[in-house]
Amino acid sequence: MRDLSMHVLDIVQNSLAAGSTEVEIRIHEHLPEDLLVLEVKDNGRGIPKEMLPRVTDPFITSRQTREVGLGLSLLKEAAERCSGGLEVYSEEGRGTTVVASFRHDHFDRAPLGDMGETLGVLIAANPDRDFLYEHRVDDRTYLLDTRQMRQILGSVGLEDPTVLDFVRRDIEMGLKKIGAASFPKILEVLK
Amino acid sequence: MNIEELKKIREKVQKEMNLRSGEKPIKVVVGMGTCGIAAGARPVMAAIKEHLAQQQAENVSVVQSGCAGFCEQEPLVDVFRPGEKKVTYGKVSPDKARRIVAEHVIGGKPVSEFIFAQEP
Repeated sequence: MRDLSMHVLDIVQNSLAAGSTEVEIRIHEHLPEDLLVLEVKDNGRGIPKEMLPRVTDPFITSRQTREVGLGLSLLKEAAERCSGGLEVYSEEGRGTTVVASFRHDHFDRAPLGDMGETLGVLIAANPDRDFLYEHRVDDRTYLLDTRQMRQILGSVGLEDPTVLDFVRRDIEMGLKKIGAASFPKILEVLK
Repeated sequence: MNIEELKKIREKVQKEMNLRSGEKPIKVVVGMGTCGIAAGARPVMAAIKEHLAQQQAENVSVVQSGCAGFCEQEPLVDVFRPGEKKVTYGKVSPDKARRIVAEHVIGGKPVSEFIFAQEP
């Protein structure tokens, strides 16, 4: 995966496949601690207890069609190569939370990527589910919540193309406003 | 989130909605498994949605699916038109997606050079 926004799109696919109606995506940049934490939390059916210790094994999957499942193992690899790690918490019938941590300014930390396109595509293709995206940079926060959007939009569906366009622009501007970092600082310096 | 802009969108779209019919008989499916995402399915889906909006094609639904098992052909796009057989396009880029939308989804003529598989 080229960037974090693609990992997010991929991990959320697991949430959708698990029947989640609400998915919360949180990215927190703790600059003084040189830490970036990515969290995807859902209310899907959860992972069976016996499977939980093996979910990051690429040859473990809940699918019946084939025997590989790469999403979580790729994210774990991306986090570990920059002094971070991956944890998965899950309770059957209640949901799953995936937390990946990265050293913010590590040379190998994947850039943030296009979160606007990721959320736009997720919302447009799954207008019956709810998504929350919170991005924090120290004490500055950007928030997008489809439940709030539904209230305002009334009879206008979330799959409407103007909504996709809104999501992309709103996230791009919102992240700029809070000073979200795309690349590790070391790469910005080298540029 | 910019609430004021959302309110404006509601007003504008609600006016246009009265002119639209609710039926969406044509379906486009974009493969959004790990393989599809890594190969570029996200900009392909965004391009399809945008091009449909530009062409004001209201009778098309765009949805996502998981990995179909042909990872080397990703991004994969299926087009279902009523009364016609499913056509699957392989290695789709945003540019190819725009042509597929214009010529096949809207125009009704499959783009033969991009086809990976066709229902027998």
